[in-house]
Amino acid sequence: MDFNLNEEQEMLRKMARDFLTTESPKSLVREMVEDDKGHSEILWQRMAELGWMGLAFPEEYGATGGSFLDLAVLLEEMGRACLPGPFFSSIVLGGMTLMEAGSEEQKQRFLPLLAEGKVILTLAILEEDGQYDPKSVKLTANAEGSDYVLHGTKMFVPDAAVADYIICVARTGGSGSSGITLFLVDAKSQGLSLSPFITLAGDKQYRITWDGVRVPGENILGEKDNGWIYIEKVLQKAVVGLCAMMVGGAQQTLEMTVDYAKERKQFGRPIGSFQIIQHHCTDMATDMDGARFITYQAAWKLSEGLPCIKDISIAKLWTGEAFRRMTSLAVQVHGTLGWMDDHDVPFYYKRAKAWELWLGGADFHQDVVATEMGL
Amino acid sequence: MDFVFTPEQERFRAEIREFLEKEIPPEFRRKPENNWIRGFCPELSRKLGQKGWIGLAWPKKYGGQEKSYMDRLVLTEELVCSGAPVFSHWFGDRQVGPAILAHGTEEQKQKFLTGITRGEIQFGVGMSEPEAGSDLASLQLRAIEEGDHFTINGQKVWTSGIHNAHYIYMVARTDPDTPKHRGISELVVDVNLPGITIRPLKDMTGEYDLNEVFFDNVKAPLDSLIGEKNHGWYQIAEQLDFERSGVERLMSNYPLLRDTVEYVRKAGLNKVDWIRRKLAQLEAEFEVGRLLVYRVAWMLSQGKVPNYEAAMAKGYGTAFEQRLSNAITQILGMYGQIADDSEDIPLIGRAVSAYLYCPAYTLQGGTSEILKGIVATRGLGLPTK
Ligand SMILES: Cc1cc2nc3c(=O)[nH]c(=O)nc-3n(C[C@H](O)[C@H](O)[C@H](O)COP(=O)(O)OP(=O)(O)OC[C@H]3O[C@@H](n4cnc5c(N)ncnc54)[C@H](O)[C@@H]3O)c2cc1C
Repeated sequence: MDFNLNEEQEMLRKMARDFLTTESPKSLVREMVEDDKGHSEILWQRMAELGWMGLAFPEEYGATGGSFLDLAVLLEEMGRACLPGPFFSSIVLGGMTLMEAGSEEQKQRFLPLLAEGKVILTLAILEEDGQYDPKSVKLTANAEGSDYVLHGTKMFVPDAAVADYIICVARTGGSGSSGITLFLVDAKSQGLSLSPFITLAGDKQYRITWDGVRVPGENILGEKDNGWIYIEKVLQKAVVGLCAMMVGGAQQTLEMTVDYAKERKQFGRPIGSFQIIQHHCTDMATDMDGARFITYQAAWKLSEGLPCIKDISIAKLWTGEAFRRMTSLAVQVHGTLGWMDDHDVPFYYKRAKAWELWLGGADFHQDVVATEMGL
Repeated sequence: MDFVFTPEQERFRAEIREFLEKEIPPEFRRKPENNWIRGFCPELSRKLGQKGWIGLAWPKKYGGQEKSYMDRLVLTEELVCSGAPVFSHWFGDRQVGPAILAHGTEEQKQKFLTGITRGEIQFGVGMSEPEAGSDLASLQLRAIEEGDHFTINGQKVWTSGIHNAHYIYMVARTDPDTPKHRGISELVVDVNLPGITIRPLKDMTGEYDLNEVFFDNVKAPLDSLIGEKNHGWYQIAEQLDFERSGVERLMSNYPLLRDTVEYVRKAGLNKVDWIRRKLAQLEAEFEVGRLLVYRVAWMLSQGKVPNYEAAMAKGYGTAFEQRLSNAITQILGMYGQIADDSEDIPLIGRAVSAYLYCPAYTLQGGTSEILKGIVATRGLGLPTK
């Protein structure tokens, strides 16, 4: 047993922390929340130069060939920094789908571009009911000659306005998990229209209407009618990746709060000397360590290729709630100062809620855990 | 023992409901949560004033109705639960009026109480300062008596709605040389006096309800003083109890709960076990909270002074409000993080607004930590040291 990261991972963490502290300061995060697209091309290119986009893809595609655990370390730092932009959409959601489902030829063509940051991907799964359930996939793809024509609506698609390609989870037959096909769709295709949502955390999500979007059959990822098994795998990775981001956000939340409890004086003493504030901080620290260990256990198992469906869902349901509880306490310990828009605490308060709900909330993951328990 | 309202009170409730049906302007109906503190609508306050529904329990000679605090409870419950935008008279009715009634001069009562009951005078409350939040007695803003006026210098912060108010009801240090609790006085100051600058602050919901208020050599007449000079600290304890004890501490989000139940039913989510349980649990917690709030009003109506009871009701109620907003975002799933207020978004983003607003409940009017201390020491007699 070893709870530590290895030396390279520690170096990666340090490098990422230093880089993001200077290149993705809160002023940029704030600017990107206000921005229509929420994407800084300069920052994106710099991250690409550092090799971050290709960190977890194999070397044969011009990438670094790191492990999923390495990627988790990087994502943790991104969560800590509230990094804006499409990294998660493009690399985790899009890139992992390409890796899982793409043909050798498709991988050869797209992964090097992805690793260089020259192509941005996103993944469109959810529809009106917002459920991660194959039965909820209703958008239709009908064959016309060697093409497919897509009709329907996708919801909550992240970063779609900056994506070059959207991977669309479409129905080609059946009604459950069979009959689902993945299409790699040029985002500039005719018949595809985006409308932005106003989101809680200021991240960019879109409703996409597909009104007869024509896609060549060669753009299918994986086999026709067999797409959902890939989505299940991608979702597992994405969930752990998101947990890692939450761990980073939670760590920053804890540190800020403990620092403030030491500094802020009321009644002639630091508020951190009051037992109730100590208890708040202790509860936060316990949530923090729990979230970190449960997340890294899942990340490590994934990295090692061990079975971990239950671990992943436990990680999400624990970490989502823990991060949310921590951010509520963070506001409380900061007093009204921590509720104000120009403070950093609200960034974490908002993301914690958004991420708790994204990729399956506690109810969804409790169900998975119960099933895995044989219930 | 009896847990019902009298037939007159039920008639009163029906009358208020009917009035509000007609009188709440449509722009405040779409998002009814928190309108007691966010909904500024002097027209409605004036109409409520004409009905005699401001200062309901105050003496008739100041425009009150000499009704009981249970009647006032019925009234405020209807106002809060209907989402009536009543902020413009809320502070006057809830705490400033009772404070002036208890400590003001006859002239002050005539002027301010009458103005409040007519819905014509709006107050802000200036207590907190950058270095004096929970530890209010360490406040530094000074009001020094010089001839026929007080000269005021210093800063207040987190002052709700002061940008719409006529007066600031404030606490100031009038004797800098005595120990901190003893040199404090209460003042009512015209916010349009020269030397007062108001700077709006944006909170995490994106709104500008709170402000900083700067006082730079402001000269306020001597009759700004409420009650006895240097006795303010002992006067405000009661005001804080009034501030804490109301239904708004439990019911600010009541419309959201009611409409979520309706939405869940319509969307067929009422078959989903965990959603049923969540809503049932909230309902149970709400009913308990209601009794904690009713107890305070009942005590007041019996001429008793609530002590730790107001602190308990506020602590419980505001924690409930947070659980409520959290649970509803979860019930809505991905829609629980969409803030669009278009009609095709379930509950038009109200759950997001509630979730962003709710940290404020356990801070404003005394933080939950301070309130727990009050219950423990004043209520249970536990030692302070
Ligand atoms: C929406 C809103 C509206 C408001 N409106 C007004 C207004 O109109 N006028 C006004 O004057 N103020 C207003 N306030 C301010 C509010 O009253 C103060 O923020 C509150 O009293 C807490 O002060 P603080 O923010 O400085 O926190 P602090 O006092 O610095 O507290 C920070 C943390 O330390 C804890 N703490 C402090 N002392 C102790 C202790 N002895 N034991 C245990 N824990 C302790 C607190 O509970 C809190 O968790 C408003 C606040 C909000 C959120």
